[in-house]
Amino acid sequence: MNAVDFILSGMLAAATPFLLAALGELVVERAGVLNLGVEGLMALGAVIAFIVVYHGGGHMLAFAAAGLASVLLSLVFALVALGFRANQVATGLAIGILGQGLSALFGKTYESLTVKGLPKLALPGLSDLPVIGGLFVQDVVVWLSLLLTLMIWAGFAFSKTGLVLRAVGENPKAAHAIGYPVIAVRVAAIAFGGLLAGFAGAYASVVYTPLWADGMIAGRGWIAIALVVFGTWLTGRIFLGACLFGAVSLMSLAAQATGVELPSQFLSSLPYLVTIIVLGIISANKRLLKLNGVASLGEPFER
Amino acid sequence: MSAFPHLVRRERASLSATVLAPLAALAIATLLNLALYAVMGKSPGAVFHAMLLEPFLSWASFSEVLLKMGPLLLIAQGLAIGFRAKVFNIGAEGQFILGAIFASALPVWYPEATGGWIWPAMLLSGAIGGALWAAITAFWRVRLNANEILVSLMLSLVATQVLNYLLLGPWKDPAGFNFPQSVMFQYDAMVPILIDGTRVNWSFPLTILLSLAAYVFMQKSFMGYKLQVGGLAPRAAGYAGFSEGRAIWLSLLIGGFAAGLAGAAEVAGPLGQLQRSISTGYGYAAIIVAYLGGLHPLGIIVSALVMAAIYIGGDNAMVSAELPIAAVRVFQGSLLIAYLIAVAFIRYRLEWPKAADRRPA
Amino acid sequence: MTPPLLSLRGLSKSYGQIRANQGIDLDVAERSIHAILGENGAGKSTLMKLIYGVETPDEGTVTWQGAPIRLTSPAEARRQGIGMVFQHFSLFETLTVVENIALVVPGKKRELIERVRTLGRDFGLEVDPLADVHALSVGERQRVEIIRCLMTDPKLIILDEPTSVLPPQSVEKLFETLKRLREGGVSILFISHKLEEIRAICDRATILRAGRVTGHVDPREHDAHDLARMMIGRDMPEITPAASVETGEKRLELIGLDHRPDDPFAVALKRVTLEVKAGEILGIAGISGNGQAELSAIISGETRLGREARDRIFMMGQDVGRLDAAARRRLGFAFVPEDRLGRGAVPELSLVLNGLLTAHPLGLLKQGLIDRAGAKAFAETCIRDFDVRTPGPEAEAGALSGGNLQKFIVGREIMLAPKLLFVAQPTWGVDIGAATAIRQRLIALRNAGMAILVVSEEIEELFEICDRIQVLHAGELSPSLVTRETRVEEIGRYMIGAQPAGHGTATSPAEVSA
Repeated sequence: MNAVDFILSGMLAAATPFLLAALGELVVERAGVLNLGVEGLMALGAVIAFIVVYHGGGHMLAFAAAGLASVLLSLVFALVALGFRANQVATGLAIGILGQGLSALFGKTYESLTVKGLPKLALPGLSDLPVIGGLFVQDVVVWLSLLLTLMIWAGFAFSKTGLVLRAVGENPKAAHAIGYPVIAVRVAAIAFGGLLAGFAGAYASVVYTPLWADGMIAGRGWIAIALVVFGTWLTGRIFLGACLFGAVSLMSLAAQATGVELPSQFLSSLPYLVTIIVLGIISANKRLLKLNGVASLGEPFER
Repeated sequence: MSAFPHLVRRERASLSATVLAPLAALAIATLLNLALYAVMGKSPGAVFHAMLLEPFLSWASFSEVLLKMGPLLLIAQGLAIGFRAKVFNIGAEGQFILGAIFASALPVWYPEATGGWIWPAMLLSGAIGGALWAAITAFWRVRLNANEILVSLMLSLVATQVLNYLLLGPWKDPAGFNFPQSVMFQYDAMVPILIDGTRVNWSFPLTILLSLAAYVFMQKSFMGYKLQVGGLAPRAAGYAGFSEGRAIWLSLLIGGFAAGLAGAAEVAGPLGQLQRSISTGYGYAAIIVAYLGGLHPLGIIVSALVMAAIYIGGDNAMVSAELPIAAVRVFQGSLLIAYLIAVAFIRYRLEWPKAADRRPA
Repeated sequence: MTPPLLSLRGLSKSYGQIRANQGIDLDVAERSIHAILGENGAGKSTLMKLIYGVETPDEGTVTWQGAPIRLTSPAEARRQGIGMVFQHFSLFETLTVVENIALVVPGKKRELIERVRTLGRDFGLEVDPLADVHALSVGERQRVEIIRCLMTDPKLIILDEPTSVLPPQSVEKLFETLKRLREGGVSILFISHKLEEIRAICDRATILRAGRVTGHVDPREHDAHDLARMMIGRDMPEITPAASVETGEKRLELIGLDHRPDDPFAVALKRVTLEVKAGEILGIAGISGNGQAELSAIISGETRLGREARDRIFMMGQDVGRLDAAARRRLGFAFVPEDRLGRGAVPELSLVLNGLLTAHPLGLLKQGLIDRAGAKAFAETCIRDFDVRTPGPEAEAGALSGGNLQKFIVGREIMLAPKLLFVAQPTWGVDIGAATAIRQRLIALRNAGMAILVVSEEIEELFEICDRIQVLHAGELSPSLVTRETRVEEIGRYMIGAQPAGHGTATSPAEVSA
């Protein structure tokens, strides 16, 4: 297998944790809330899923439990940031620290243990194509994530729910004045973001690399938040960004396989360096950010 | 609408709530965590004793608390200045690591050098290293409009890899049995001990001195006032002509300088060499210290002491009550959450639904 | 006699210490246009929020078509047949017109578009249903609000200060629409502080003062003096245009300034040319949203321009295009911005520290440290000289009423003894007594030789204090019109862009005003 094949066939799976978490954060930010706790929400989901699978609960239950745990933690965020109108940045950081702490605590006795992942499903016909065939051999979660991406895109483009979410994020005062329950909409968005972050963590720990190691999320939650900026709050671009990061994170493996002489630490840093560089390029276009951005992002709503 | 109790804005900030908030947060977080330990099958009483009392019971352990307090206090003072200006530098971890690396360069490259100038030079070079690392974030934010939270955090993750590279490659101690660590530093590359029989060194009074400087800067100086205005009402700062770019540069450079100095003091102090585990999450814990101290230079001195005690107490509890060390992180996170809830009562009071508001049944 | 459509008895609402509404009684008849008259801060907006269910009253009863109801949310109010058009619109800029409507009105997009077009034709409210709201003018946005409201088939429509965003000609058109609605069986609650308008269109008027009802009258049977007495307890202050004085050197000059802001939702400025001399007041008329915010930020230096700004902006004879706000202030420039909280003042800081914001060069610093005693003395003087009602200099700016905070900010900037004073919307949200005081102060300063630039939405205000007026419309500035030689109608034509703004820009403003 050459490097291109390797990256093409592995890209979508590597992208899935980024994609799920970023889509969740997209919904949260669209409603006007900045939740920086994604890394912690993912870590908690990851450890819960791992424990469930390790004890024979199966992947379905693992995802459900991971989702539930992260939803609960995200509701703590909602309580503090919306209920008590705390600074959203500080609250997000607190949730991040707490989530990572809980994951380390729960995962203590599972360190370095492994579980079985999920089988790959091939799309008949397409998977036999040369070069890009590998793209069409993926596990079920990847396929479902692609479907979810499509649904979220359609939801923002066509549905009333998407419209309400955008309205609440742009101008919560006006949304309140015409009768929408701003806080309830935001809490729902935060819970949805928590759910997807939990799934993202679960995918990382029981499907993508089915083993437990403390700190295994390794900044992916933060990159997911950056992806929302890269994608300028648009579903399609976030998907492309997630694929890019999927590919970048495979690059270090691919480079070693092809014998490229670079320090492994440089290759490990690559996703972070790419994040910094792309963030600089996209953010410099202030008009673009303002045009697609969320006007009330991070600001507490007070009647 | 009013079936739930809701927050009502106070006419002015409550002074008593300002003082009580961190104490209430500490109490609530302690209770919650003790309950968690009980669920985990650990004796809450034993953990409480080991974690929150023992650090203060002997001079030996209290001196360790003071030692731990140094970097936390220094980093938190720097971060708090930025936080008050709403410049969210959360990459102090990376700036701390770069400070440690810059400071270590001297003894690593010149292990034979002698003279009383070496350790001060190391501290200075570490502080500059931290400030330079933070300068990248400042440049990205001011010139490229990039979010400083994400950039500074990513740079921390990169800094860890830089450290790994040095320790596994060019700076690895050749006589170190292949351990990822540098040579042990020479005598003159170590900050002199302040109190005999402990590891507390001269960087501690320096830290307290810098805290007082932070107090004058933030509470008395016009520059500090400008930063605060920028944080409270950015458009008012623009209106008055206080440069936003300058505020961001200043906040990040101060934060990086302080974190870098802390990193230098760590390698030139208790560690005596550059290692992989130079930081046990000081950069992140300092964020909590800064908030818990109300972002006030004097409050931070107290909160740094508390947080340092929790670190030392966590180590104690690991030994005596077999509590996983991760419990310290859970405690830290829940402490910040409890504080953020408690702090709401400075500006708001809780109002319970009035009888008149309830729908007639 | 048929029972009234809406009937309020003893409605009260307090916010903390402030009693916004006390024991309000009100009857709105079917098919009537009913005015709620009161000056800023009289409690009009609070009352409307209570009727529309945005807020719930502390006490009192609401009767709707003869039956008691409780309005707990706007959705509930809409179900009952009450609609509202907000003063500061509740539209979403990034959404299209029809998306904005879909948030309130159920139905398929295609049907909604069709209904928008029909209603537009029937009531003179034409607007493109597929346009993005941020691309619409203020008047068009109001039409969207009214259409959205009409589409819920209301029996009662609340209009909160609808004419404040309209040029004089469009006010006529709005009144036509309202009369047609009344014929169609809709009642209208018309909130205003403009006496003549109410006399022109309303069947009944309820007058509020300091949160209480001071009269129920037929406005057509009372003249403006009577109404004013009920509204403010005395006659309206006389409006006498100030006599002009000798002018001196140019203190501010903008020469053909073009500016395209970074913010895609902001208005681009085109070839803006103006000048203000010592001893004169130049007024910028126009409806907000036509570039006022952008122009203020460029003059104040809050918006930094690039190289293109060279030789475009002069203050006290110096090219300041590349200077920041602080540097311009050092030349003798002072500025009262249109938004007070968060820009002109920091809500969480005391008046002492808010004084320091721009007054620090008056010796309030010692070696980089704040001179607390000096800052406190400054704030105390400002509070005393400008009649700021506050518990003291340590009160937080956010705790002051809008009018008192405005007095503090105006006072602070005047105390800087500037050569050039720029005041944006000097009397927004200020009660009539304080507004009069501010205007007289500005005239006195002009007479003492200060150059003053005023941006205002209130034409009457500009006619009262300005020597010359220019009109800002869609980012373009009209030629300078000498106040004594122009009339409201002419200003109005420029406000709707009926007169090409570029007309006359070939001549310099100096020649036009000469």
